[in-house]
This record gives sequence, C-alpha cells and structure tokens, in this order.
Amino acid sequence: MTARRTWWKTALGILFTALMLFPVYWMFNVSLTKTSDMRADPPHWFPWDPTAEGFTDVFAQQLPALSTSLGIGLGCVALTLAIAAPAGFAIAKLRPWGAGPLNFTLLVAQMIPSVVMAMGFYAIYVRLGWLNTVWGLIIADSTIAVPFGVLLFTAFMSGIPQELMHAAKIDGAGAWRTFRSVVLPVSRNAMLTVSLFAFLWAWSDFIFASTLNRNGDKIPITLSIYSYIGNNTTQWNSIMATAVVASIPAAVLLVVAQRYVAGGVTAGAVKD
Amino acid sequence: MRSTSPKTSGDGASDGRVATTPPGQPDRPANAPPDAPAAPARRSRLREPRWAAFAFIAPLLAYLTIFYAYPLYRNIELSLHDYTPRAFVMGNPEFLGLANYVDVVTSDAFGLALRNTALFTFVSIAAQYTIGLALAVFFHDNFRLSGLLRGMFLIPWLLPLIVSASTWSWMLNSENGIVNSVLESFGIGQINWLTSPDWALTSVIIANIWLGIPFNLVILYAGLQNISKDLYEAAALDGATVWQRFWRITFPLLRPVSAVTLLLGLIYTLKVVDVIWIMTTGGPGNSSTTLAIWSYREAFGTGQPEFSPAATVGNLLIVIALVFGSVHLYLQRRQERT
Repeated sequence: MTARRTWWKTALGILFTALMLFPVYWMFNVSLTKTSDMRADPPHWFPWDPTAEGFTDVFAQQLPALSTSLGIGLGCVALTLAIAAPAGFAIAKLRPWGAGPLNFTLLVAQMIPSVVMAMGFYAIYVRLGWLNTVWGLIIADSTIAVPFGVLLFTAFMSGIPQELMHAAKIDGAGAWRTFRSVVLPVSRNAMLTVSLFAFLWAWSDFIFASTLNRNGDKIPITLSIYSYIGNNTTQWNSIMATAVVASIPAAVLLVVAQRYVAGGVTAGAVKD
Repeated sequence: MRSTSPKTSGDGASDGRVATTPPGQPDRPANAPPDAPAAPARRSRLREPRWAAFAFIAPLLAYLTIFYAYPLYRNIELSLHDYTPRAFVMGNPEFLGLANYVDVVTSDAFGLALRNTALFTFVSIAAQYTIGLALAVFFHDNFRLSGLLRGMFLIPWLLPLIVSASTWSWMLNSENGIVNSVLESFGIGQINWLTSPDWALTSVIIANIWLGIPFNLVILYAGLQNISKDLYEAAALDGATVWQRFWRITFPLLRPVSAVTLLLGLIYTLKVVDVIWIMTTGGPGNSSTTLAIWSYREAFGTGQPEFSPAATVGNLLIVIALVFGSVHLYLQRRQERT
C-alpha cells in the first residue's frame, strides 16, 4: 500500500513540476520554431521541425552583450566580496562598536526599492559623467548584493569555532593574517553562496541597466533582449533563443555551486 | 612554537592551522577540554585593538555612505525641488518644499496606482503563499524523485526577469499565444491579456505569482523540516485525519515562518518594476500602473524625464516598504527572544 501511494505521489509531483516549468519549456520550443511557423494557429506544441536560425542570430548579434554581462557579473562579485567579507569578519569576530545599528541598517537597506536607488544613482552619475559605463553599472548592481553579503558572512563567520581564532592568535597572527589565512579559507562555502547570488543578481538586473546604461555602446544582455523585443516583434524565435542563452549561467551556477553550499559549515576545518 | 606557516592560501592555510596547535595539546582541539593555563593568556591576547575592527569595517561604512545614503539623500532632494531636465544638468532647481507630495497624492493617478499596488501585492503573495505551502506539504512526504522535482521548482526563480517576463508576454499574446490557443479549444473566445485594460493587471499578477512560488516553497519547506515528526506520529495514533493534522499541527507551528515569508514577499513585491514594465509598461493607460512603475515611468519611461515627481512617488514607496519592514523586524526580534 505504501509503495502504491508513493508511486501515485511521484506521478502527481511530475505533473506539478511539468505545469510549473511549462513556460520554460515553451521558451525552448519557441526558440526552435521557424519564423514562418511563428504565427501558426494552433501553435506547434513540439519542435518537430526545429530550426537553428534563432540561435544563429544570437551568436551573430548577442555575443558582445553576453560578454558585457559576464564582466559586470564578475566585477560585481569581486566588489561585493571585497566589501562584505572583511565587514562580516569584523562584525562576527572583532565585535566593533555599533555592530547592532549596522546590522539594522543593512536589513533596512534591503527594503529600499531599486527604482529609488536608480534615480539617486542617475542624479549622481549625470554629474560625474558615469552614465553608460560598465563600472558605474557594477557599483549600482553591487548595492543589491552587499547588504545580503555582509549579513550572510556575519552569520557564517560567527559559527567559526573560537579555537581556530585562538590558535592563529597564539601563533602570532594579527587580525589581517587571521582573516586572510584562517577565516577566508574556512568560509569558502559562504563566499561561494555570496558570489553566486551577486553574480546572478548582476546578470539578471534590468532596472539599473535600463536607467544607467541606456545609451551605452556596451549594454548587458538583459537590456539587449529588451531593445530586441522593441525592434523585432516578429522574430520571437530569436528573442527566445537569446532568453535561453541568457538563462544558461543561472542553470550552470546552480548545479555547480549547490554542491559546495550544501557542505557543512566548519566540519572540514576543525575535524582533521 | 613553530612559525613556519606557509604563505599560500587555500590548502596552505590548513597546514598553517595544524602548525598552530600548541605542543602538548591533542591533535583535535575542538574535542579537547579548554585547558586552564591557556585561559588568561587567551583573554589578554585575543582583544584586538579597536582600530583593527574599524579597519575591517571601514570599506563597508564608506560604501554605505557613498552608494546608499547619498543616493537616498539625492532622492529626497529631488522630491523637494522642481528638477526640470535643464535644472537637472545645471543644478539650479527651484525649491518647492512638499508641493510635489501634495501634487502626487491629489492627482487622479494616485488612487489607481495605490489600488493597483495593493491588488498586485496582496493577490500575488496570497496566491504564492497558498500554492507554495501546498507544494511544501506535498513535497514534505518523501517520495521517489521528490528531491529532484523540488530542485527543478527553483528554476523560475533563477531565470533573469527579462527572460521570464518576455516568455509570459509571448504566451499571453492575443493572436499567437499558447494560452489563448488552449482556451479556444475549450470554447473560450480570445482574451486580450496584455492589451485590454480589464486584463492587464491580472496578467502581470499571474506571471508574478509564478515567479514567487519557488521562494515560498523553499522557505516553507525548510520550516516544515523543523516540525518534530513525533507530533505527527502522536496525532496519527490519536486517529487524526490528514486535514486535522495540517490545521492543528502544521499550520499553527509554521506560523512564525509563515509571517516571515509573507512579509518578505510583501516587501519584495512592493518594489517590483521589471515584470510589469516588460509585459505591459503599466498600461494600457494606467490600468497596470503600480507606485513603483509610476515612479519608473516618470523618470525613465518617457522621453521627458520628470525626476521630481518620480522621486516623490519613490519616497512614498519607501515609507510603505519601511512600515511593513519594521513589522518584519519587530516579529523577528520577538521570535529571537522566545
């Protein structure tokens, strides 16, 4: 009886998942549809007669935008880690003055709508001439990830056993040395989690890109798709092919990083 | 004491750590009882000077000041002046005080935008939460493939919003969309999902619900993991039905997690711009314009940027977000205390 019930639940689970992922499937399906079949009624449910024209268009037109997005994503990861990791270490282990209000500020910072931030940045960038620059976008995108990163590093580093810190201390390591040679290597999982999210948020960002980089010659992929939709309402196979390619990093990063994130916190550090 | 710690990071650091084990101590410091002689030394030597802590935290403070506080300050300033595009570049706007706020609140668009924001937010999170909770309970009974399927549910959450929003746009296309095609086979006539004022808001809500289900599923599933299995076993012995077990055990015990999920969803949904902008740009007319969309459109959506009203609407949105945000923080504090 139990076996039969489980079987039934698996079938139901597959049905739910299929329903949920239908839009994703549809994106694939449309990306492989011929332009001439685009307006078929009823639409083709399966790509029986697939075409690569959508994907050829992507590689012909979107590679610069994809590499810009990659650059912005990596820049955002670097900036986020550089600011969040030391701050998390200080809050967790050095007990600085004002850590409580700082934590509160970070929580509140996460509640501020990006439209508002975008306007503020626009007003500042207009004066500095930073509009339509890649680094300007990196800084703006990092504001999504930095508060999250600090909170995550603080939580993670608070869990690092005090013994480890003592050992480094007794060995004569200063705060910087302890941070670099003990805390950072042990915090690999937290670094991967923060990097993963910082990258994904920067990669997917639309609001900052569409406000701070509207007329740039180096536009990220999200903005490229958006202007593509505006200009070619018939080429939905190319639009969806671009969407498929734009989704790849998200998929790859999840699969790769899930392994690390799932690891125990300090298990590997204290054991030996 | 050895001081030959390798300079390399990574694996080198673990060597360094082994080398730091004081002589005479067991190899596994974690399991060793804290030895008394070390304790006083520990106390005196472990205090870092204040400036060390400050040095580590200074980049963050500078960052928050320059890239959070200053844009927010600029935003408030924008809302108190009349920033025409010319004044924006020249930097000599007229000071208006709260006139912009009065204009925004008394304008015709305000009531509609507020209503749309409320509908968008509450319908979205109510549906996301209900579906997310149902799925979490469903996946809680481990069955074959449940882990894999649960993982696949995360996909919509990870896709860039432009990807999901444009996919939904095409699915909801009036003439060629798959949704209308399916409805037609059930004898339902064409619905102009994105181009009719009656349906535009519904369409963006549907897409947004789909986007939010994974987040609700993940948090609520984690919450379910923390409920003791013994309770369910005891209830089963007492002859409680599945329905009773859900309402008497699962739901009440999940309340703190539910509160956090709903409030985070609320704060997040209030700020949504991308989905609506990509699918309908807030239209037709103002029929799917929320406060966030309104602000975005005034500043960046038309050829004529109107930063002062945009900043005003944006600041009102911050106030609303902060009200719900402080409820969230209050609940979190209370939970930590108990």
